[in-house]
Amino acid sequence: MAFNIYDFTTLTKSIHEGLTASYSATTTLIIEWTIVGVAYLLFVALFGLFLVYAERKVCAAFQQRMGPMRVGPWGLLQTIADFIKLLMKELITPKEADKFLYNLAPFIVIIVSFLVISVIPFAPGLQTFDFDIGIFFVTAVSSVGVIGILLAGWSSNNKYSLIGAMRSGAQIVSYELSVGLSLITIIILAGTMQISGLVEGQREMWFIFKGHIPALIAFVVFIIAGTAETNRGPFDLAEAESELTAGFHTEYSGIKFAFFFLAEYINLFIVAAMATTVFLGGWMPLHFGNFESFNQIMDLIPGLFWFFFKVLGVIFLMMWFKWTFPRLRVDQILNLEWKYLLPINLFNILLMAAVVLFGLHF
Amino acid sequence: MAELKEVMITTDDIKTDEYLVNMGPQHPSTHGVLRLLVQLEGEIVHNVQPHIGYIHSGIEKMTESLSYPQIGHLTDRMDYLSAHMNNEAVALCVENALQIEVPDRVKYIRTIMAELSRLASHQLWWCVMGMDMGALTTFFYGLRDREEILDIFEETCGARLTVNYSIPGGLMFDIHPNFQRDVKAFIKKFRTKLPEYDRLLSGNVIFTERTKGVGFLSREDAIAYGVTGPTARASGFACDLRKHQPYSAYSKVNFNEVLSDVGDTYARYQVRIQEMWESMNIIEQLIDNIPEGDYAMKMKGVIKLPEGEFYQRVESARGEFGVFIVSDGKKNPYRVKFRSPGFSNLFAINHIAKGWKIADLVAIMSTFDLVIPDIDR
Repeated sequence: MAFNIYDFTTLTKSIHEGLTASYSATTTLIIEWTIVGVAYLLFVALFGLFLVYAERKVCAAFQQRMGPMRVGPWGLLQTIADFIKLLMKELITPKEADKFLYNLAPFIVIIVSFLVISVIPFAPGLQTFDFDIGIFFVTAVSSVGVIGILLAGWSSNNKYSLIGAMRSGAQIVSYELSVGLSLITIIILAGTMQISGLVEGQREMWFIFKGHIPALIAFVVFIIAGTAETNRGPFDLAEAESELTAGFHTEYSGIKFAFFFLAEYINLFIVAAMATTVFLGGWMPLHFGNFESFNQIMDLIPGLFWFFFKVLGVIFLMMWFKWTFPRLRVDQILNLEWKYLLPINLFNILLMAAVVLFGLHF
Repeated sequence: MAELKEVMITTDDIKTDEYLVNMGPQHPSTHGVLRLLVQLEGEIVHNVQPHIGYIHSGIEKMTESLSYPQIGHLTDRMDYLSAHMNNEAVALCVENALQIEVPDRVKYIRTIMAELSRLASHQLWWCVMGMDMGALTTFFYGLRDREEILDIFEETCGARLTVNYSIPGGLMFDIHPNFQRDVKAFIKKFRTKLPEYDRLLSGNVIFTERTKGVGFLSREDAIAYGVTGPTARASGFACDLRKHQPYSAYSKVNFNEVLSDVGDTYARYQVRIQEMWESMNIIEQLIDNIPEGDYAMKMKGVIKLPEGEFYQRVESARGEFGVFIVSDGKKNPYRVKFRSPGFSNLFAINHIAKGWKIADLVAIMSTFDLVIPDIDR
């Protein structure tokens, strides 16, 4: 079995053929599901831990300190130690809490994150579901996550949690519009909602270059709205440590808190991955028009590497402004969306439509 | 099958109610054990009721059984961020009562130390101001610079926070031989670091949006509530005692009283930032001219104040800090009252924060620069 780092189709195909040769169709399907499921769980757990570590190191760099240094070389094992600590913590349920909803909320949040990850193409052939309405699926499913946050805030029976949850609800419902509209801008350019189709459409040139001005505006709007979607600073009103202690997850402890924590980082990854897939060419290498030799060298770098390189770049950008900007106030955050981002976005869609109609793109 | 009834829900049917939230005694932005009983309607603050006393340590009562040099050591623990100014106030009060004049060297060193304390205090205020606004990075920038002042303190008197440096009749120790060199090096460095504060926070769009035009305090209200210090000066109330009732070496230096007539959160922020520049000016004027001489006067073993009432006020980093001593001629005071700036400033918060949002309340409280043991004493 030849292992091709450039295209995972051969790998997945050979696994599938090997399994069908020895098992029945149903068993094969079950085994494949298990493999995929375990792979995703491993990926989420490991990448989540890595992102926590990365955030701590990045913020340490911005704050002129070193970050975790004691556990393992350069503190690499710090997040694992923290995670084990969280696992061992007592699970506290407040006395007056709505127990069923209180216990359900973290699962809703984390399941939603898992669902969205399933459509992200990591590399050629490395994508679980490839719907023809992939982008629609992403926006639809990711909006369910807010229900988990609202439930968490409501069921905790804590006023801080409730304020945090209500803020989060208002914020996510509003910013979903901008996320959706900025994605639509690119869909107009690409002419498809299928995620693999989107990536394929960027073989020659990434959409952010192809669509020039409107695509760039859409990208900026997407990053702003995406950060707001993930409840991260400067839009972290739902947590707002200095105002609401810990916002909607004030009452959660142990592994349930870890779920919220992990979900935040998976959502960060999802936003970065969507930005990469839709604007920055997904796993496609960087190509410049007619520089043949340059393009060939870029092709040598595997798609998986390209994908993670871009994703980590976007994540770094989002961490950068989390650790630099102060937090917005709740009315300002809604003003920003409804008075600025939304009109800009609507205008931008018109602009993109004109660009596509008259073929003004590259 | 039951008939479906059309249910009309209008906003009139939805019962809304104000609710109370206890901010504190354990809360990240009350900076200690202050408890604010906040009455909220949604996000809007309707009433703020400060509840104090969670860290009451009975310092005023304790002083009645202590001798005058011992009182100074307790005052460190009140407003620990301007510990030196508190020491100085007690020392000045006792010296005035005894009608003695300390050597010039003492005055100069006290002034320099007070201004360094003010710088350190304002730096820490800037750290937590940013943090309260959600910009966590400011904390480390501020502490980075504050650390150097604390190193100077440590070299001078062995303590970093509760300095215990001024005693009636002079200073505990003479300055370290490196003092002048270190202070000058610090000032030179901090002159380049302070613009960083502006770049990181003051100029930020989100920060200015959140602070400009938020939480007004008029000059009249500031006077009525007894608000002093940078908080009052941001409302245009010229109350800088260093300027208007100079003590120690303040009459020998040129500096501007930083005033603003806007009175919003941003003005309170800017006044403190500008005060840091002024503090550096004051130190620079004094540091090279420290006169030779004794660092303390020879005092009697047991200090007894003449019978009577004595009051001395100084400008601490938070505002007017006053020491009122009632003496009956014994070695202990009959009664001592400390007028702490934080206490008076805090009770203006309801007036200012009413009608603003929770996030604004936090920002307003932050510009008050509260130190809770200072309020509770």
